[in-house]
Order: sequence, then C-alpha cells, then structure tokens
Amino acid sequence: MSSSFRTPDGGRIDRSTTLEFVFDGQSYAGHAGDTLASALLASGRHSIATSVKLGRPRGIAAAWAEDPSGLVQIEEPFPEPMLLATTVELYDGLAAHGLPGQGRLADVPDSARYDAMHAHVDVLVVGAGPAGLAAALTAARAGARVALVDEQAEAGGALLGSDDRLDGSPAADWVASAVVELAAHPEVLHLQRTTAFGLYDDGFVLALQRRTDHLGGAAPRHEARQRVWRIRARQIVVAAGAHERPVVFADNDRPGIMLAGGARTFLHRYGVRAGSEAVVFTTNDSAYAAAVDLADAGVRVAAVVDARPEAPGHWLAACADRGIPVRSGSVVTGTDGDERVAAAHVAPLADGRPGDAEPIACDLLLVSGGWNPAVHLFSQARGTLRFDAALGAFLPAEELDGVAVAGSAAGVMDLAGCLADGRRVGAAALAALAVGAPAEPALPAADDAPAGLGPMTLWRVPDGGDGSTSFVDLQRDATVADLARAAGAGLRSMEHVKRFTTIGTAHDQGKTSGVLASGITAELLGIPIQATGTTTFRPPYTPVAFAALAGRDRGRLFDPERTTAVHDWHVAEGAVFEDVGQWKRPRYYPRAGEDMEAAVLRECAATRSGVGILDGSTLGKIDVQGPDAAVLLDRLYTNLMSSLKVGSVRYGVMCGVDGMVIDDGTVLRLAEDRFLVLTTTGGAAKILDWMEEWVQTEWPELRVHLASVTEQWSTFPVVGPRSRDVIGAVFGDVDVSNEAFPFMTWRDTTLGGVPVRLARISFSGELAYEVYVSSWYALAVWERLVEAGRPHGITPYGTETMHVLRAEKGYPIIGQDTDGTVTPHDLGMAWAVSKKKPDFVGKRSFSRPANQNPLRKQLVGLLPVDRETVLPEGSQIVEFRDDGRLPAPPVPMLGHVTSSYRSAELGRPFALALVKGGRARIGDTVHVPVGGTLVPVEVTGSVLVDPEGARRDG
Amino acid sequence: MAEQLSRTHPLEAWLPAFAELSGAVRISAEPFVPMTVLRADPATAGDVRIRGAALPTAPGSWASAGAGWLIWLGPDEWLLTGPGAAPEALEEELRTLLRPVGGSAADVSAQRIGIRLGGPRARQVLAKGCSIDLHPRVFTPGQSAQTTLGQAGVLLLALGEDEFAVLVRSSFGGYLASWLLDASLEYAAPALTS
Amino acid sequence: MQLIECPWCGPREEVEFHYGGQAHVAYPEDPAALDDEQWAHYVFYRDNPKGRFAERWSHAAGCRRWFNAVRDTATYRFESVYHPDQPKPVIP
Repeated sequence: MSSSFRTPDGGRIDRSTTLEFVFDGQSYAGHAGDTLASALLASGRHSIATSVKLGRPRGIAAAWAEDPSGLVQIEEPFPEPMLLATTVELYDGLAAHGLPGQGRLADVPDSARYDAMHAHVDVLVVGAGPAGLAAALTAARAGARVALVDEQAEAGGALLGSDDRLDGSPAADWVASAVVELAAHPEVLHLQRTTAFGLYDDGFVLALQRRTDHLGGAAPRHEARQRVWRIRARQIVVAAGAHERPVVFADNDRPGIMLAGGARTFLHRYGVRAGSEAVVFTTNDSAYAAAVDLADAGVRVAAVVDARPEAPGHWLAACADRGIPVRSGSVVTGTDGDERVAAAHVAPLADGRPGDAEPIACDLLLVSGGWNPAVHLFSQARGTLRFDAALGAFLPAEELDGVAVAGSAAGVMDLAGCLADGRRVGAAALAALAVGAPAEPALPAADDAPAGLGPMTLWRVPDGGDGSTSFVDLQRDATVADLARAAGAGLRSMEHVKRFTTIGTAHDQGKTSGVLASGITAELLGIPIQATGTTTFRPPYTPVAFAALAGRDRGRLFDPERTTAVHDWHVAEGAVFEDVGQWKRPRYYPRAGEDMEAAVLRECAATRSGVGILDGSTLGKIDVQGPDAAVLLDRLYTNLMSSLKVGSVRYGVMCGVDGMVIDDGTVLRLAEDRFLVLTTTGGAAKILDWMEEWVQTEWPELRVHLASVTEQWSTFPVVGPRSRDVIGAVFGDVDVSNEAFPFMTWRDTTLGGVPVRLARISFSGELAYEVYVSSWYALAVWERLVEAGRPHGITPYGTETMHVLRAEKGYPIIGQDTDGTVTPHDLGMAWAVSKKKPDFVGKRSFSRPANQNPLRKQLVGLLPVDRETVLPEGSQIVEFRDDGRLPAPPVPMLGHVTSSYRSAELGRPFALALVKGGRARIGDTVHVPVGGTLVPVEVTGSVLVDPEGARRDG
Repeated sequence: MAEQLSRTHPLEAWLPAFAELSGAVRISAEPFVPMTVLRADPATAGDVRIRGAALPTAPGSWASAGAGWLIWLGPDEWLLTGPGAAPEALEEELRTLLRPVGGSAADVSAQRIGIRLGGPRARQVLAKGCSIDLHPRVFTPGQSAQTTLGQAGVLLLALGEDEFAVLVRSSFGGYLASWLLDASLEYAAPALTS
Repeated sequence: MQLIECPWCGPREEVEFHYGGQAHVAYPEDPAALDDEQWAHYVFYRDNPKGRFAERWSHAAGCRRWFNAVRDTATYRFESVYHPDQPKPVIP
C-alpha cells in the first residue's frame, strides 16, 4: 500500500526502516516509531471495525489510550485481544484485525514471561511530559531517589505531538537533554512504556512496563515481556496530562472523526496527515493549533467551526494567513458518510439551538470540546474533585498527603505554566521530605500562543431527534438517547447511570465519555454538573493483562510446593501425590495395573497384617521449653500434661475458648522443662501462632519458649504387627519388647552416631513406632527401615491408607471430621478432657447449655447395609418416619458423612459421620441420598476395627 | 549396621543449575551447619557471649559468631549458625549456658537451609519478590530481615555489598531454588554468556 | 498494599501480619465463677466501632511478635502501635 498520507519529512519515526504488517488480511508497511494506528492512517485507512451492538463502522478517534473505538485483535506473533491500534507499537510481522467490541483469548499457552519488581523511592513522578520532567529534574538534582514512569515509548508527553519550541529550539531538544541528565543521576529510575495504573495505600503504585511488546516476534525469550513495578513512594507527583474531550452530535461516530489533538499528534509525532480535507469543530483555542499545523502540512482545512460567539484574534489571523475560513458561533450538527465521514453539517448557534445546517465536504472532522485533566490516580488516592467552570473540567479540589498533581493534570494548560508547575510541585515534594530545593538553572522559555479566549462548555449539540445516533460512548454504542432513558427511569447518581447505560465500562473506562455523560445527564436533569459529579475512578487506568498480574506465580511457582526430605524417594517409587495445604504428600504407591482403590486396599491389608511405613514428616512440631512449659500445656490442652512423665507420650486435644476442637496430636515429654508438641499437618502454623498469642499477650509471666521444629525432625511411622521386628533390626541397642518399651513412651538411641528418637504411637490401632531423626539424615534412615523391612514385606503407604486405618479406629481428622462446631465430647473424647484441672482454654464453654444439648451432632460410624456403596463424603443423612416414608420436604437433615472409605479389614465400605444425637442412634438405620437413591446405613460406634485395642501392643 | 549415615542436602538436585549461572548472579547452597535457636531475656542475658559475640539487640541485625552468624529473630530470640560441635552437643551446651539466665536453646539445624546469593544483579533478583527496601544504603551488611521472598518466608542477611544469605525452611527449599533460578534468568542465563 | 508498623521490624506490607481481633480483652481470672452470659460476653462479644479501635496484630511472617495497634476502622489508618504489656491508649 502507498503511504500517500505520510508527510515528506518530520515526525519521530525512522523512515530508513520498513516494517511489514498485515491488517484485516491486507498487507501494509510502516516505520519504526509508528503505532499500528499511525501506520494505517499513513496508508489512508481510518476504518478499524464495526461497533459492538449496532454494527456501525468505527475508526481511529484519538492518538493514544483515550481512543474509544480503535480496538484490534493481534493474531501474530501471539494472539492477544482488545488492544488499541493507537497504543500498539508497530513491529515487523505484526498481524491484526479490527474487533467489533469483543476479543478472543489465545487457545494456546502464552510462552512469554511476565514478572514483578519492587522499587522504593522518595519521589515517584507519573508522566514524562513537561511538568513531569521538570518535577523529576528538581527531585533528582536534590539527590532524592526518584522514579519517573511514562506510558509512551519516549519521554516528552504532549510535546511529542506538537511543534512547541523551548528557548527557541524544538522542545524535543530540551526533552532529550532532560532525559540525559536524569540518566546521569544514579538514584533515578526512569521507565518509559510504563503505565502507572493503580495508586493504593501508603504511597504504593503499580505500574505496568511493556518491556518487549514493541519487539514482536523478535522479543528475547528470557526477558519478561511485561513487568509489574510495585513502587513504594514517599511522595507521588501525578503529571499525567489531560485527555481531550469530544463534543457529542448526531452521527459523531464515523471513521474520520477524530480528536483535534490526536490529529496533531499523528502529524507531528508520526508524520501522518489524518486526511486531505478537514473540518475542525471546537469549543476552545487548542484546536486552532491543529487546524493551522495540518494546513501547513498540506491538508485543506475547509473550516474551523467555533461554538463560541467570537473566535480568538491571534488564531483568526493565523487562519486568515492560510485561507482557513472560521465560523464562530457555529456548531457541527451531524455528518454524512458511509465507511468514512464525507461531510460535516455546520449550523449557526442561536440561543443554544442550531439553525439550518449546511454540509461541508471533508474526509476528516476534528473535534475538541476541551480538556479533561487525567485525575485518575489522584482520585484513586481518594482525592476529591471539583468542577471548574472556567476550564469546563473536573480538577483536584484538595491537597493530599503525599500525592500532588502537576501540569495539565492540575488544569495548567500552557507549556510555560506546566514547566513551572512541575518544578514547583517537585520542590514541594522535597519539602515534604525535609529536603531543600536544589539550585537549578532557569526553566526554558516557551513560545506559547498569546492568551486567547476561554473555552465554552458544550457537552452536546442537540440533534433535533431522540439522540439515538449521538454517541457518548462509542465502544458501548451508548447514546444521548440512552442517557435520556436513564434520566427518565429516575436515575440520579452517575454510578447508577453508568451501570444503566454501560457508558464508561469499556476498555477506556470512559476517558472520553465519562465527563460527557455527567454533563449531558446534568442537562437532562436540569441540575448543575457539580451535582452529578463523576463516577469513581478505579484501577487499572488502562487495561492490564491477567498474565502480567500473575507474573511468575504460575506453573510450578504458582503456589510453593513443600516437600519432605524423602520426597525424591517417593517420586522414584511412583507415588501419586496429594496436596495437603502446600505440602506434597504421597497419597498411594500404585503398582502396575493398580488404581487407587486397589492400591489402598493392598496397602491397608499389608499394614494390618504385616508392616507398613509412612512419611509423616509433615506433622507440625513445636519445641516447648522452660520451667513453665507444663503449666502452659495444661492451660492449652483439654487434658493434663503436667502429670506426663519424662519418657512418655500423651495424646491431647486443643480447643478454642468456645470449647470447639481446633487441633489434636501427641505430646512427648523430653525433660522436666521440655516437651515436643505434635500438631496436625494443616494446623502447624496456626497452632504455633495460637500458643504464641497466649504466651505473649495473656501469660507473659510464664517462663516458656516455643520454636517450630517441623522440618527439623523427619517422622516415619512404622506400623503393623511386624513393626517390632523392623525397629528391632535397625536399632539393635533398643529393647523393643512391650515391657521395656510400652505403648505411649519414647526412647532415644543412635544410628551410625546420629541421634534417633523412637516413640510407641499408633494412629492405626496397630503396634507401631514413630521414628524421629534430623532431616539431614532422613533419607538414610528411611532407606535403612525399608531395607530392614524387606524380609517382612514392608509396604510404603500414603495418606489415603493412613486415612482408612485411622477411620477404622474412629480417630478423627481435625478439619475433616470436625468443622469448628465440634467439642471433644461430640467426638466421644470425654476421656481426653481433664476433670482435675480447674481451668483450661475452652473448659468453661463445655457447660454452656448449647454444648449440653443431647441432640448435638456426634461422631459415629456408618455401615451401608448393602455392603457395597462407598458413601460420598459430604453426603447428607436423613431418616424415615415411622411409616417408612420420608418426611415432607424440606426433609430434616440429621448430619453429614465426614469420612468414607472401603475397608480391607472389614471387607465392606464404612464411614464416619456427624449425626444429631448420634450415639443414641447406634443400631438405628438411617438413609443417605446417593445419586438419586436412598442408601440405608446402620449407625454404629465410631471404632469399627479392634474396639478392644488388643493390637496396639503387637 | 553401624556405618555412618549419609546426609542428603535438599538442594542437591539444583546444584548443577546453580553452577551454570553466569557471574551477574551467583547462587549456591550453603553447606550443612549446626543451627540453634536461642531464647533469653536480653535484660538478664546481657553478659552472655556466644562464640565471643554478645546477643545482638538491634532488630534486623546479625553479628559474626565464630565462623558463623548470630542473627536477631526477635526481642528475645536469635539464631546461631556456623560450624562447630555436633548439633545435639551444641544444643546441650547452649541450654546449659542459657538456662541460668532463664533462656533456652533448641537444635534447628535441619529446620532451615541456606542459599547464598551474590553478584552485581543479586539485589534485583531479590527485588523481584521481596517488598522491603534493598537499597545498598538501606539494607547494609550486618542487617537481616525476616520477610517474604516470592511466596516463601525467609530470613535474609546482607553479608556484603553484593552478597546475601537466604535462610528458608527446608520444605520450601526446592520452591525457593526454582524461584531464584527463574528470577536470575534474564541476568545470568548460561546461554546468554556463551 | 498497606504498610503496618511492626514495633520491632518497622513498616512492612500488610500481608506479613495476622489479625488478632480486639485488644485488651483479658482472659477472665476465674472462668468458672462467671455465669453463662458473662462467659458468652468474653467469648463472643466484641466492640465494632466505626473509627479508632485497639486491636491485636502479629508480625506473622517476620519476628512472630504480637503487638497492639490503634487503627481507624473507617480509614484503615494505623494511628499507633504498642507492646502488649502497655496500657490501652486513651481513644478520644
């Protein structure tokens, strides 16, 4: 395609390069420094896509992120939806097409990298336009730690889209020297292509840096494509500029209708004439610069239509010099055109109503309805806004601690003013940090146009109809008619109007439409715009990909995988793992051809009949030391720990002050002043926190110290009738006889000089020993145990078998068989509740009436009568009436199944359940709905295997 | 069965990948050393010397103690690391030393592992996942911090200008090693230096 | 991401901390001497003011110390932090 709309020279593009790209299947070329939008415009293409609801053609309406309409889907090098043609930097090989409102996510994994980086600064400056650069220079010259972030590819801000001069030279020269100076300050972090998209508490700003997007397929694979900067700033200067605002009129959405400043930017920055014949419609002075500059670049400007009764003298003369007719007191009332604007209807304005319109042919209609300062970050900091009638815009209404606004974001609209304001705000930020302002050279002199006329506030040109083609939000196809419907429906709050009309909910979040919607709604309601205000500005300022927010927390790094010291052995043995919190625990070890059920039945049978070994290292372990260690444990456990003898072990239950079980485990008394407390795997951190809270806040007088030793000690239960043989073989110096080493005692020994602790603890009802060893030696000891167990058929088993074995004995898992509403008595553990101790945490709650209710849910066993059904965990339990039928709905629920397994030992499935008045129902038959049928189950005691406890001593 | 038991370092599988990094970032596994958590009231333990060092009382600091470190963990809590006696013997020695002043000691040699991180880009690697200010003037040698790196709790020590130790609970070692290698990729990928 | 000032470690990101509810709710001297209603007040009843509130926090990912803080529940601002053994500040 030709580049007939490219100027012969000028712009910040590299004309020596040619970048080939494809849009909507058609080949185009552009230059380095182009955006997709500028390259398309250079080829004369305005039209991007059809609109989401009405299918109307839409084009490029602005030069940057405020564009409400030019949405594209990238296809190559990697599919990415919902990007603006105006913000996609051109690269070779880009393939894209226009989007009618909705994009398509890639159906292949994104192989690009994304990451995050923390930064701490004294002063963060958002925006590298004239105000931001001036502020950053001031802060940098004082030696402050400064971050300067700016969303464009290069610094300069609005200067990139103008022909402003500073000290008689192109403003770009000053920008370049400022950038060089900033780079020389070692404490300055200057990031371009970086959008500060959210401002949060305590000076925390998130900024998205697009590091390699502009390289397309040539991006290096090892570098993050995008980086989220997490910047903590003591002072924030928001110098984010201003967005030009359109005026609403009939058929204001055609391709070729563009913000005046956008066209000026395309000209000066990209060397692109956005059309060949232009009409400029304005309510303020700023659009004259676009008219004059475009005329100088060879665009025929058919008219400047100024809604104000008088045009500014300086600009009238400039237009006259170029033969541009100026029609003051006039407005554009509508347009003609098909794929692109072909004519603007221009009418005189009398008493606020347009008269008869005259069409003026054009292929470019530039619009300026004034400027909206980019107050987004200020507003996110909860800064309040006020409507400035002279400026016709919302401005910061207060000074915030730590967040200041500078330049056009604060309503300063001339270049000299922006430079001075930036320096002033930069110095104020330093003052807030108690740093003096540095000595600085005079600011460069700007060549601003002489003061002209103030802007006129004009939200819309009445279209004489229902406003259904007067578009407020082009992306949402939302019109003045929609606002009228909202007002007619009685909506008064802009928050409600926004949801009703969807105005401001698209990718641009209302950058052009938000204030217009407020203004038009105020008109419709006959109230001042101060009364409607704006909707709340929320992050993100511009869209951020979820991939960028996820950063490196994906794949293997999504959530930490905690592993035990024996993990690699489990992997080598083919274990199937289960996530228990962040831990990876072997669930079962399938042999060839086995599914989980077969493997677990085998592991259970082998353990109950021979010997099994489990990696129990994930159990939480807390070292409790000090003269008052026993006092503390007596206060926190329901049972008595102070009476425990050194060398012995006791099972204990902990309750909250409400008397509900929060954790359980065994306690080893290592010395008079020392215990080892075992917690559940999931409760480890919580229980240490819990114990510390009591020690540190309630009982600081107790002489006791707590330390987590979870990873210090690897723990291997060796379980089953042959466990004594295995332990005896490995630890030859230990008398493993029941007499010398009884149940619930521990013994210390060594293996190869390494201390090992053995404890007679059983979570299965079988004879069992727990082996504790420093995790340094865990694998070696595990392998010794497995080797010594080989003659006995030792079988490694996982959490699933562990669950079956403990459930067969009615041992609850806290958090599975309990849910925070279960007392030790509900679990049938009254035996673990001391009657001797005057008090312990939870004791007083046991006598509350609610905890004495005989209809409380109690832990019982369930045996499906059909001996076949494995009840799904979580199933509800119901009972029939005396006539053998279900009660009328809603059928009362008696409780639910908490654990359910197939038992090798029992030869049938069984379950544990919490059932109302459960112990009184033992022997009854109740029903469990499973997949549409009611399964009859017998209520039993919770201990189904070896209720006499004959096996634990072997 | 009396022969010596072998020790297994949790990061053994990561050592080759550490070794392949270029010089901008260096990662290595600290060797096994005994570690002991010490508890005492500094008001009564002011005269206590551990391997010649007083218990540091400034929050977020560490002191050299013999060939190891004595690290502040809390107003009455420290971590002693460094080669010397066997862990269980060291624990007993320190319990004996601290018990008279109301203190205690517990062997935690295998509770944590150490990862050494160095090189001109080490701070940037840490800054990818650590929210505290790591500026060389702010986080200086002699300082330490218990904080979060990635999603793992760590004890971070500034050892030198570009030299850090990261102590992490052993079960998180694999995660943190993977995290650090991944964070180093852009600065020290082996392929980039060849 | 808010910063919370640990009395020991200084300002850290809020995710390093655990919340512990209302501060200065002492465990009763003799729970057995309380009637059910008095006990229920200790277990279940807490203030829920809009404005300044004395709370317990723990620097869980740092030094593991519990401390107290006065925080404004409307603005989330932490106005002061203090050690658990220090008296409750006068809250206007």
